[in-house]
Amino acid sequence: MTVLNSILFYFLAALAIGSALLMVTRRNIVHAAIFLLAALLATAGIFLQLQADFLFIVQIFLFAGGIMALFVFAIMLVRPGIPSQPPRFTRQRFVATILTLILAAQVFFAVVLGSGSLRLAARSVDIAPKNTEAVGDALFRQFIVPFEIASILLLLAMIGAVVISRRNRDAFD
Amino acid sequence: MAENSSTTDKATEPDSTPELESTILEPPGPENPHTATRSELSEFFRVLLHAGRPSFDVVRHLFNDDVTNDHVTASPVIFHLTWLMGFVMALVAFSVLPVGPAFQITDLNIGLLFVLGISSLGIYGIFLRGAGSLREAAGFISCATAIALALLGALLLSGSLSMKEIVQAQLDQGQWFIFYVPVSFVIYFFSSMVAADRAALDGPDAGSESVGAQMAKYGILRGAIQALPEYANVAVLAGIGTTVFLGGWLRPLASYHDRFPDTSVELLDVLPAIAAGALALYCFRLAPKQDTRKNRIALFSSAGSCVIAALLLAASLFWRDSVMQGLHGAFWFVAKVGANIYCFHWIRFRFLHSEFDRFMRLQWRILIPTACINLLMAAVAIVTSQNTGLPMRFTTIVSTAATLGVAFWLALHRTPKPSMQAADAE
Amino acid sequence: MLSIEHYLILSLALFMIGIAGVLMRRNVIVMLMSIELMLNAVNINLIAFSRLHGSVHGQVFAIFVMVAAAAEAVVGLAIILAFFRNGKTLDADEMDILKW
Repeated sequence: MTVLNSILFYFLAALAIGSALLMVTRRNIVHAAIFLLAALLATAGIFLQLQADFLFIVQIFLFAGGIMALFVFAIMLVRPGIPSQPPRFTRQRFVATILTLILAAQVFFAVVLGSGSLRLAARSVDIAPKNTEAVGDALFRQFIVPFEIASILLLLAMIGAVVISRRNRDAFD
Repeated sequence: MAENSSTTDKATEPDSTPELESTILEPPGPENPHTATRSELSEFFRVLLHAGRPSFDVVRHLFNDDVTNDHVTASPVIFHLTWLMGFVMALVAFSVLPVGPAFQITDLNIGLLFVLGISSLGIYGIFLRGAGSLREAAGFISCATAIALALLGALLLSGSLSMKEIVQAQLDQGQWFIFYVPVSFVIYFFSSMVAADRAALDGPDAGSESVGAQMAKYGILRGAIQALPEYANVAVLAGIGTTVFLGGWLRPLASYHDRFPDTSVELLDVLPAIAAGALALYCFRLAPKQDTRKNRIALFSSAGSCVIAALLLAASLFWRDSVMQGLHGAFWFVAKVGANIYCFHWIRFRFLHSEFDRFMRLQWRILIPTACINLLMAAVAIVTSQNTGLPMRFTTIVSTAATLGVAFWLALHRTPKPSMQAADAE
Repeated sequence: MLSIEHYLILSLALFMIGIAGVLMRRNVIVMLMSIELMLNAVNINLIAFSRLHGSVHGQVFAIFVMVAAAAEAVVGLAIILAFFRNGKTLDADEMDILKW
């Protein structure tokens, strides 16, 4: 059973990292969007493997079905205006690569140094069987204030997006 | 002469057709050296291969007018796979629908949310086809919002997201959820009709002749292939509607357990067998009156299969419980989904012609607010009936009346449509 | 067999790929997509720790991260579209109106 768990994890991790690498290197932004979608779905699989089934479905709903759809919409809207072969990478790509690798090495070193100090629980008895109920309970009891603030944030985002992307702004002043 | 030799050969091989052999396989002329050593099996394959060639030509010609608008999507690979995305998502969503008490591919704890999430992934199959389908995708998303809010009304009643639990709650409460939240069902039904209606959302307000718009735009075969996710989605939405609102695999009066005297057969369980038998009788009556032989054969064979179904359904009453429940559950589920799809297409082709902005205004101004209010009222009804002990039927009738009042007020109190000239002139 | 380090290193890898995308790519939409990738990496981290401690707080935090990501993607894309309408470019190096 744990072997299957490991195989699933490695498969999903490879899918996520591979899709992410392909995403940042594609010239065609529709392809990049599809690869990000694949990475998000692989991440949703990782959530499910961590026994967070509500987060799995919220990830698919929000990220894959909502945010990525928004991205592809936006790409479709700007597609005809893009010149044919724009340069892909910025001038500072070498410095950026080196910096990223250094940062990655630092955090990797920290993780390896602290390995073995934390052990995953064999079974999460209180969050696994009724995950949705547990999340809902926490969200509406302990975290009710952040919840309301989040809904106001979403309202602000909607209004802001509509206002910013309106044409003929002078006409409505 | 070559035909004569082949027909005399064919006397020893009664299975192959002489004319096909002689025209295709045997070139006219001196004797074919293979005639003496041909076996029946190689004959069979040779005939098959040559008979397959005309059908291969047909397939090739179906792709002749295939238009790939790759100047719009900039990715022909994705364009060719969009139909697959929608179709696969519909098939995945089917895996959580319970067809019988033990007849479910998988029962997720979050079944209802899973189905909604998978449908929201299906819009990729719509708008990756090019910029012209953005309007279609926007229509689909607004309908999906109304569907989600309407399904929440039934979710309140069942208390669980698992599809099996939803049907079980309808069994326990003794009432299909459509009778508790009818407004939810109406919103769900209408929104799913609009969501699945590609012609209405995509066509340039052309009415019912835009059924062929896909074929005119993309070529015959591709238009037909891209109708596939549409029909799969209709089936999935009908399946969700029956599971959540119409009681899934439950019999119409599922908690009415009166039995025949001295047997363990419940009274109402003979209904499937009677229905199948009635259908068989109807087909038997209709069959001799048909004009063509093909129609007669078709009706006789459907009558025969109805008889077999009736016998199976009746015999299963005396078998093990699980078999009976499985068969009867499947019968009721299929009957309900069939009725759902029938009404879908009937209302859609009769009433819904492509009026995109009217649909959008209807969705966002009336249906979605009504769904929210319905959620509130249903919650009030449930809590009231739990606290005061009033029967749920009464409180839900009151809440439905309140919701309908608000909906009518919304429908009548419409602000006038802003005209384009006024906005440009400002 | 699977320990928390596996998930931490996965999250680290995705985060670093996201950073590389933001720093190295010129197309602003791809930069925004890389930011979403970084937020996802953080979510994996949070949920792995929630599983480790057996509590649900990490998942609730992850929900709020997702909400923030959605809001930010919406406004970011609106800004990009407004910019695109003015300058007809999606190249971050060419958006230098405010430069000296």
